[in-house]
Amino acid sequence: MANLDYSSPSSVKEVVKILTTAKGKAKVMAGGTDLLVQLRAGRLKASTIVDVKNISELRTIKKEKNGFTIGAAVSGAELGAHKAVNKAWPGVVEGLELIGSTQIQGRASLGGNLCNGSPAADGVPGMIAAGATCLIAGPKGTRTVPVEKIVVSPGRTSLKSGEFLVSFFLPNRPKKSGDAYLRFIPRTEMDIAVVGVGVSLTLDKKGMCTDARVSLGAVAPTALLVKNCANALIGTNIDEDALNALSEAASSACNPIDDKRGTIKYRTKVAGVLARRATVIALKRARKN
Amino acid sequence: MGNEKDHLEAIEGKEKFRYIGTSPIRPDGVDKVTGRANFGADFTANGMIHGRVVRSSHAHAKIKSINIEKALKMKGVKAIVTGQDFPKIDPSDKVVGEVVVSFYDMSQNVIARDKVFYDGHAVAAVAATSIKIAEEAAALIEIEYEVLPAVMTVIDAMKKNAPVLHKGMKTEGMDPVPKRSSNVASRAELKLGNAAEAFKDADVIVERDYTAQTVHQGYIEPHACVAEVSADGMATIWSSSQGQFMVRAFVAKLCAMNASKIKVIPSEIGGGFGGKTKVYLEPLALLLSRQSGRPVKMVMTREEVLRATGPTSGGHARAKIGAKKDGTLVAAELEMEYEAGAFAGSPVKLGCMTGFAPYNLKHVSCIGWDVVVNRPQAAAYRAPGAPVAAFAVESAMDELADTLGIDPLELRIKNAAVEGTQAPYGVKFPKIGCLETLRQAKATEHYNMPLGPNQGRGVASGFWFNIGGQSSASVMVNPDGTVIVATGSPDIGGSRASMALMAAEVLGIDYDNIKPLVADTESVPFSDLTGGSRVTFATGKAVVEAAEDAVNDMKRRAAKVWDVDIDQVEWKDGIATCIETDIHKPMTIAEIAAMAGKTGGAISGKANINAKGAGAAFATHICDVEVDPETGYVQVLRYTAVQDVGTAIHPAYVEGQMQGGAVQGIGWALNEEYVYSKDGQLQNTGFLDYRVPVASDMPMIDTVIVEVPNPGHPYGVRGVGEVPIVPPLGAVANAVSHAIGIRMADLPMSPPKILATIDAAD
Repeated sequence: MANLDYSSPSSVKEVVKILTTAKGKAKVMAGGTDLLVQLRAGRLKASTIVDVKNISELRTIKKEKNGFTIGAAVSGAELGAHKAVNKAWPGVVEGLELIGSTQIQGRASLGGNLCNGSPAADGVPGMIAAGATCLIAGPKGTRTVPVEKIVVSPGRTSLKSGEFLVSFFLPNRPKKSGDAYLRFIPRTEMDIAVVGVGVSLTLDKKGMCTDARVSLGAVAPTALLVKNCANALIGTNIDEDALNALSEAASSACNPIDDKRGTIKYRTKVAGVLARRATVIALKRARKN
Repeated sequence: MGNEKDHLEAIEGKEKFRYIGTSPIRPDGVDKVTGRANFGADFTANGMIHGRVVRSSHAHAKIKSINIEKALKMKGVKAIVTGQDFPKIDPSDKVVGEVVVSFYDMSQNVIARDKVFYDGHAVAAVAATSIKIAEEAAALIEIEYEVLPAVMTVIDAMKKNAPVLHKGMKTEGMDPVPKRSSNVASRAELKLGNAAEAFKDADVIVERDYTAQTVHQGYIEPHACVAEVSADGMATIWSSSQGQFMVRAFVAKLCAMNASKIKVIPSEIGGGFGGKTKVYLEPLALLLSRQSGRPVKMVMTREEVLRATGPTSGGHARAKIGAKKDGTLVAAELEMEYEAGAFAGSPVKLGCMTGFAPYNLKHVSCIGWDVVVNRPQAAAYRAPGAPVAAFAVESAMDELADTLGIDPLELRIKNAAVEGTQAPYGVKFPKIGCLETLRQAKATEHYNMPLGPNQGRGVASGFWFNIGGQSSASVMVNPDGTVIVATGSPDIGGSRASMALMAAEVLGIDYDNIKPLVADTESVPFSDLTGGSRVTFATGKAVVEAAEDAVNDMKRRAAKVWDVDIDQVEWKDGIATCIETDIHKPMTIAEIAAMAGKTGGAISGKANINAKGAGAAFATHICDVEVDPETGYVQVLRYTAVQDVGTAIHPAYVEGQMQGGAVQGIGWALNEEYVYSKDGQLQNTGFLDYRVPVASDMPMIDTVIVEVPNPGHPYGVRGVGEVPIVPPLGAVANAVSHAIGIRMADLPMSPPKILATIDAAD
């Protein structure tokens, strides 16, 4: 009979050591809201679980000179209660906060949401749009990787053997910047995105868009950073024409599947609709800042 | 019963009841909110082991061989059963009623024999010392299949060259009976007048095809049981079901046992909605226990519940209604094909009987086809068969109102069935409240509120028969004057509270002094299962009669003590008073109970009845929605359910039934559906993708309780549990159709479907 080893180390170093020496498949667990469900359903087999919730570095939100460091295991509820992050990156926070119920919000983390590798992860498009980076620890030390480079295909990441995600870094924002995340689900909560869109943009004094990043979720094997969407906005006042161009760019970037949650046609169209709506929200926020 | 007339006069004279019509907390409430209540999976026995089911992942296949050797050798494995271990049942062994119960089919559904008929069909069961070992052993059982093409829809199943699920199935109800085997189990026809001829008199005719998908009841508690067979062959089963006597009868049949050797103890039940009127695990657990000599516990996962239990039929309907310019209906037609699932017995006939029941029609034709497909066998679900029929009929009524330019409620009021109306299914209605629900709906603030852009309002009515049946009750007076009320009806919707309230009313003692309980099969006489909205009506009637029997017993005791004739004893507010003379001090129930030993022993009352006179239920619902034209998302803005309940014994729980039924219907209309792969594997086997509404999806479901007392019940009760799921499909569809300006005739109205409809019309 197969047994499951569980360890709950208190330092990054220990985690790396366990991951490199474990026999069989070792899985890193933060909140466990995806991992435990997958284990129980038999979709995932593992012989070792490394619980990273007890490492303070992974549970802390730290204001740095140039931005925020957010521990990979910080829960949705903790992030939601952090005023400064909310003020700077409301789109990132609202993405994570959409996941699951109140109970799940006490456990679900940005790190888990990303490393689970789902194309529909609600926490991810907002972070990609924000230009967030990941601090990865492994046997050879640490490295920094943009969020969009982590997931390579559904359920698979670019993390190498012995590596794990320690924290995210969100940079400080220029004035007149705003971000937003919107998803579509057939219900009001407790559901998985059929389409998700993260938008982050910056305006100049005259209200012209100088910088933008747009990311789409659930419309391709991984969350996408769509350059053409950003290009549709940059250099414009984000008028009707720009929004139409953005909407079209979003739809044409889609490479979705037909499944129980939505059709190709539906996802493609709604990606354009949500891209526009999320941009309008981000724009409103940017104008206020 | 002599008192019936008095009771009804009391209702109609609006004499205030003392307990009936109040809403105290349920007697089982504290146990349930503190987690102390024992549900199906909560029971544990000494030496208990755990059973798991091996299920087919093929929708349709021949079983060529099953090899259990490797699994049997595993340490910890105590028993393995397959279809070969069960007694053979003759195909002719069935009970014929409104719905045919075939024990041959039931046995095959519990465990497959030579063929599997759906994804999730049980093929073998293993019992081991832990769930984990049982699961690992289950994976070691080698089953060789010859995969056959899956038949997933009624349309495909009815095609001439469709693969036949059951060789030898000849369509019943055809004249002559066809020679060829097919997937059509039966044809039902219902006729009133001459519809074909009468349509010629119509100024306007609406006709349209409608489709609906398979849906599940979605009860929260998965099926669970423990079975224990002792060395002398006596069996005890603890299980969550809608009827302990049903479990006993079915298990006895399927395991070829004498019913007196099986004791069934009902647990609390975490929802059923009709889906727990069948057995799935109990016969497997019993055989595993017999083989292992240990108590065996079996608990389904959610995935198993969705793959292998429950669903109600999806299908197709064509509705046609003809009317005069002034809105008078002249003729109506309904033809429906329902999925039965793997074995015959969809509720299509009940759909035919109920569809036009709210209307006064002289010419009706309804035809229903019961079609087998490679999906789980349909089980009862709240007013089985009626919601899809009502969806078609109520959509057609809406379209007719639009065409004629008549207010949709006004159109229904003009044609409403009333006392004396000949229902298309045969009866002449006694006193009913159909018209009252329509009038009250029209008078609601909701119906008269203005709508905004992209918003639409829909109304729909619905009918359900409700049933009576066999119920038993014992009323036992404790030595301190408190009372126990025992029935054989599992409490699925707050019926303990209703039983206690009715007993309190008769006995004249406080609700809190009455403990209602659901007894096992050896502690109370036979009762039919909880279903058909029958418990508050039929079991309530038994409780009232048993309480009256106890009152008579106590009057007799008082008469004996006072040495007067029993006629001289009056019972009021829990006190016996001598009418003849005031020299005798009145005696309370507690005083009479305390001296029971001296007056003849313990005091009790009983009633075992087969209740007739169930009162038909009618409901009218109003729904407002807003549709996002860019995403197809539907928000339900307002919803009002108006229903004739006869008499509301416990108004809060009556409202709960109305609200719950409405929400299940809304889910059915908007997002719930079984999604299968091409090969017939169920794709949405959890509540994430089988989308019942979540709380935040719903507005407050407003209720209007209409009370037109049922003359067949001492307090005027009609069943309330089922009819609230009949109107919502039509009400929501009509609301969405008005919001987008296009008729939606295909359920569920999920966002992709609505958006595709809007885009196709642009």
